[in-house]
Amino acid sequence: MLKASRVPMPTRSAEERIRCFDEVALGYTPQLALEEASRCLGCKNAPCMSGCPVGVRIPDFIAKLKQGDADGAAAVIKGDNNLPAICGRVCPQENQCEKLCVRREKLGGSVAIGNLERFAADNATATSCARPEPCGLKVAIVGSGPASLSCAADLAKCGVEATIFEALHKAGGVLVYGIPEFRLPKALVQKEIDQIAALGVKIVKNVVIGKTLFIDELLEQYDAVFIGSGAGLPSFLGIEGENLNGVYSANEYLTRVNLMQAFKEDAVTPILLGKSVAVVGAGNVAMDSARTARRLGADVKLVYRRSRAEMPARAEEIEHAEEEGVEFVLLTNPVKILGEEGKVTGMRCVQMRLGEPDQSGRRRPVEVEGSEHDIACDEVIVALGTTPNPIIKQSMPSLETTKKGTIVADEWGRTSVKRVYAGGDAITGAATVILAMGAGKRAARAIIDDLCGKKD
Amino acid sequence: MKQFEILKKRRLAENVCEYVVYAPLVAKHALAGQFVILRTDEDGERVPFTVCDYSRNDGTVTILVQEVGFTTLRLSQLEEGDALCDFAGPLGNPTDLGQFERICLVGGGIGSAVIFPQAKQLMRDGKKADVILGARNNSLLMYADELGKYAANLYITTDDGSCGKKGFVSDMLLELLNEGKRYDCVFAVGPLGMMKAVSKLTEKLNIPCVVSMNSLMVDGTGMCGCCRLTVNGKTAYACIEGPEFDGHAVDFDEAISRSRMYAAKEKEHLCRIRGGIC
Repeated sequence: MLKASRVPMPTRSAEERIRCFDEVALGYTPQLALEEASRCLGCKNAPCMSGCPVGVRIPDFIAKLKQGDADGAAAVIKGDNNLPAICGRVCPQENQCEKLCVRREKLGGSVAIGNLERFAADNATATSCARPEPCGLKVAIVGSGPASLSCAADLAKCGVEATIFEALHKAGGVLVYGIPEFRLPKALVQKEIDQIAALGVKIVKNVVIGKTLFIDELLEQYDAVFIGSGAGLPSFLGIEGENLNGVYSANEYLTRVNLMQAFKEDAVTPILLGKSVAVVGAGNVAMDSARTARRLGADVKLVYRRSRAEMPARAEEIEHAEEEGVEFVLLTNPVKILGEEGKVTGMRCVQMRLGEPDQSGRRRPVEVEGSEHDIACDEVIVALGTTPNPIIKQSMPSLETTKKGTIVADEWGRTSVKRVYAGGDAITGAATVILAMGAGKRAARAIIDDLCGKKD
Repeated sequence: MKQFEILKKRRLAENVCEYVVYAPLVAKHALAGQFVILRTDEDGERVPFTVCDYSRNDGTVTILVQEVGFTTLRLSQLEEGDALCDFAGPLGNPTDLGQFERICLVGGGIGSAVIFPQAKQLMRDGKKADVILGARNNSLLMYADELGKYAANLYITTDDGSCGKKGFVSDMLLELLNEGKRYDCVFAVGPLGMMKAVSKLTEKLNIPCVVSMNSLMVDGTGMCGCCRLTVNGKTAYACIEGPEFDGHAVDFDEAISRSRMYAAKEKEHLCRIRGGIC
């Protein structure tokens, strides 16, 4: 057992998955889960836990799985993590809990904690959680992404009346508009949101805070406000031809496909189906865009100005993209998008080489002189990251923000305005689901600490 | 009353209806120049419409809808008492014509929906504006009576001369200026071609011109960049930086091209809603 290797996640074949939007990873069977769970050494000091932004009691839930008790395991996880089926799928475990696992390569690799979390969440029977006595506090929550959902759930568990205001027509934020179905099935997101609603959290859709209602108004009706509005404003390249028909931000492309279901034959929301798509960038969102374009029938090139080693996406996403036939065009930087009659026909690029390391520690790409060349494509998807949405900032000048547009807050989410808290991408800039959830949890703690007992 | 219920529906022209929608939260902060995004059905698309009027007391928002695509045609099938699936707003920035005294509002076709609240607002501010209203023909003219009440002078043009003067709104504007009328600002709203013509004319004559860009949108909150256009050589988002821009700085040719991005797809959709009759 000590030498046993990590149990791989069963996945759909690449040939099958590029023809559909069904989930790629299929999940452990009970047998595989038992096998993987038994690899956990149950370390007393649990180094894995210190890598978890929400502090899930990892050895405890795995101990339950060793006994075949998925319900018990899910209950342990849910004590700290309000969205376990989601985190089991999209957390970068290799950089968090699993990185700190004592099982290194010679012991068959780290325990597949994420896969086990997913198994527990998927296989537990839904139980209704008893609602605590109302404590009298009312909190308004802006946005319904991971930071907000986790803040709302933790508040509700303490008897706080939490109301989420969502700008779009569907709750979930990036979980529903950004991450594709094949990586995170939307029915599953809905199930976890429903469970949070069952705790007594109210979700009001179609309300844009900063436009429909202002934070000052919320402060009149609520004891506190939590801003979890994310980082939704897409960055573009700032090069010629970027507004040609056929150039999408990854946000728009993914929103059309995921939220608006444009991949379905009978969808009302249209999407241009490129035959040859160039995706610019190499983060998780770039991989999601490239893999989505493959499923919509395109030949896909992923154009990145550094080399493979610097790609910011998770290793698993990079591998999946490659298996699905996404071609990586590395050390290549677009300088102009070419078009005819207003439509994309190609992309002019230059060759790059890696120079000295920059602030991020990654080697800085430098242009190779005289290396200009054209790549033929009829669609370009720009996946270069996002910055926080400016609507709230514009509507509330007293809320302190950084030059980058992120909201200034302490580690507990307290902003420059009393009773206003913030967390997630709105304060950090684009990061991960789990970091946003951790921020939401800390803000919930702070709201209760700051306000409980102070209310007459 | 149901949320987002259509309280009143009135046909204003052959292919244009006015809808009064119950949406108290949207009405509460709505201002002239802003827009809403709606979906008719659970699987519908998100489409922006300019706020044409609102009543904070009644909790209503009025929009004008020209039946040109799938969703606008689907809307025309809804009747009073039916409710929209979603109705979010007010989005975008309100109009600010505060720095101008002598204003000419120019509305082409459905653009009268946008200039109507402007005319009302300007009258409240004690600055009655001249209004030029244009359409292809008499049956497509909208809000002429209502605008008559709020305008200092109302001038009407139709392409075929079936009402008012024959010609385009830009011809009328030039004529007024030639007659000695002086404006500090021309506020033009309508089809892109018309706004382009008015912008070109005013640029030549050195008169500030504000236009309202009706770009395609998805979320309408700055999330996707679908509505982007080039203003002064830089990319701008109509949803959060607009919808109103300096007409002299807008790249209209690009905007016209972008507005046709899904023209072929839309045809298929229309075919479907009309039961296979294209």
